[in-house]
Amino acid sequence: MIEQNLCLLLVVIPLLAAPITAMLPNGKLPWLMTLTVTWLCFTLASWQLSIVIDGSVISYELGGWSPPWGIEYRIDAMNALVALIVAGIAAITLPYALRTVEKEIPLQQTSLFYSAFLLCLVGLLGIAQTGDVFNLFVFLEISSLSSYVLIAMGKQRRALTAAYQYLIMGSIGATFLLIGIGLIYAETGTLNMQDLHLRLQPILDHRTVHTGFAFIVVGIALKLALFPLHLWLPNAYKYSPSAVSVFLSATATKVAVYIMLRMVFTVFSSEFFKITPAENIFLLLGVFGVIVASIAAIYQNDIKRILAYSSIAQISYMVLGMGQASVLGVTATLVHVFNHALMKGALFMAAGAIVYRVGTSKLDSLNGIGRQMPWTFTAIFIAGLSLIGIPGTAGFISKWYFILAALEQQSWLIALVILLGSLFSVVYMWKILEVMFFRPATETDLPVSEAPLSMLIPMWTLVLANIYFGINTELTVNVADTAVKLLGVVTYHE
Amino acid sequence: MIDIIIGHYNYWIVILLMMAGFYTVINRGNLIKKIAGLNIFQTSVFLLYISIGYVEGGTTPIIADGFTIYSNPLPHVLILTAIVVGVSTTALGLALVVRIKEAYGTIEEDEIHDQDMSL
Repeated sequence: MIEQNLCLLLVVIPLLAAPITAMLPNGKLPWLMTLTVTWLCFTLASWQLSIVIDGSVISYELGGWSPPWGIEYRIDAMNALVALIVAGIAAITLPYALRTVEKEIPLQQTSLFYSAFLLCLVGLLGIAQTGDVFNLFVFLEISSLSSYVLIAMGKQRRALTAAYQYLIMGSIGATFLLIGIGLIYAETGTLNMQDLHLRLQPILDHRTVHTGFAFIVVGIALKLALFPLHLWLPNAYKYSPSAVSVFLSATATKVAVYIMLRMVFTVFSSEFFKITPAENIFLLLGVFGVIVASIAAIYQNDIKRILAYSSIAQISYMVLGMGQASVLGVTATLVHVFNHALMKGALFMAAGAIVYRVGTSKLDSLNGIGRQMPWTFTAIFIAGLSLIGIPGTAGFISKWYFILAALEQQSWLIALVILLGSLFSVVYMWKILEVMFFRPATETDLPVSEAPLSMLIPMWTLVLANIYFGINTELTVNVADTAVKLLGVVTYHE
Repeated sequence: MIDIIIGHYNYWIVILLMMAGFYTVINRGNLIKKIAGLNIFQTSVFLLYISIGYVEGGTTPIIADGFTIYSNPLPHVLILTAIVVGVSTTALGLALVVRIKEAYGTIEEDEIHDQDMSL
């Protein structure tokens, strides 16, 4: 019974829980409710992945209408992986959220905060589950609208302008996606992804299809924060409440990467991708993104902003993998989607812990903090190693695959850029570590204590996961392998 | 040529509205005008979808005696959903503008920027 409706339950449970949470009295109760729901979703998502990990596909007909007429939820390894990342990060963020939300969100807004959090979870999980492009648009808007609300709940007034800017750019992106979907609907008369794929193949040379593709790619690129459409991201991550920046940095852009893969390879096809200029544009923007965002990260003087720019650089890696349109490249992208969620989750949790104790994430005020908060400092250190790609950490696995993919295509330039990006990340991570550890604490600063245990445990769970998935790559690489096979990516040798 | 212009006049209106809205969003510094531009931009997409669903000589898609050609109802349904999304985006955007006005005392983008920079 549960197993048959598994993929729908993942969306319905948080969707029903959100309004209930909004009606609960403020305080700890909404948190408890959200905690229960996220862990339930995490369990269901793991279960779902264990079903499809062997390459099978779950097709669920919503309301009993068979596809392509009804909405179909179609779960293969890639959907299940993304759903697991989203649900897993939500489940690990919630224990962390308790203390930060108490400190950062006014008491009378807590139930609304958790309600918005659940809605954001619904949207992201829905995107991962659905097999219908219009349904995907609706879920994208659910997650976006709730994330605007979450970001605007930040303490400083700049959170408001950051949320506003994100709202404008996000809505433009979503509307572009809507235009694109409309155009391919006009050509094919269907919205189901599998059906679209079949019907688009004979008419891939139509100009409307190309226009639709362009609108879809630009629309998702805005959500993805693909360089140079990334302007909304640094402020949105910096000024949002700590728990929100953890959740969004680890999931929102990763889900956008998933949408891009789904649209490019499932709805259109790798043949089509090859005949459009999109491939070269992705490679070009990926190369520039890695370099420009990494250099920008070096010049920031705020931990959260450094991490935000580093996120843009990491997304550019994924775009580089996608742009190669080879089996290895897309596998690397998927592996990195997973690993990057782990490392950025851990790093933003550490940054949030610092904000919790010190009250700011500006580097100038963090002299010597590392000695007073040794566990947080070590977490940043290890997650930073993973970000750089030191062997033994999860980051190494994804870097390894990215370089393998680049070498397979004999694109030396891309391999060089990936190494260069790692080098830059050494510089900006060192900048944080140097301030935190080697600079003497100024005497006027009040001594701070280590972050509370409820924040350290989730943080360290992610840090240890970084090490675990750096040594045991079975899960990530196997799932990514299966997913890419089902995605129908074809490698072309030039 | 004339045929293309006159025959597809609805699409020309769509493009005109789309560009007008998009330009307003990018060009205007007033936060409310930006939201208005965003609205126009979204409305043009609604028109695009409704144009797609139109069938020449078709009636409202309700089964009745004497009518055999119906407009395609699916785009209408899709656009009802998209309108709801548009309304909530507008509501949220305007709510944010109210909060920004309370926090900064202005809704002009450059003045907000100046205040942020002067800190």
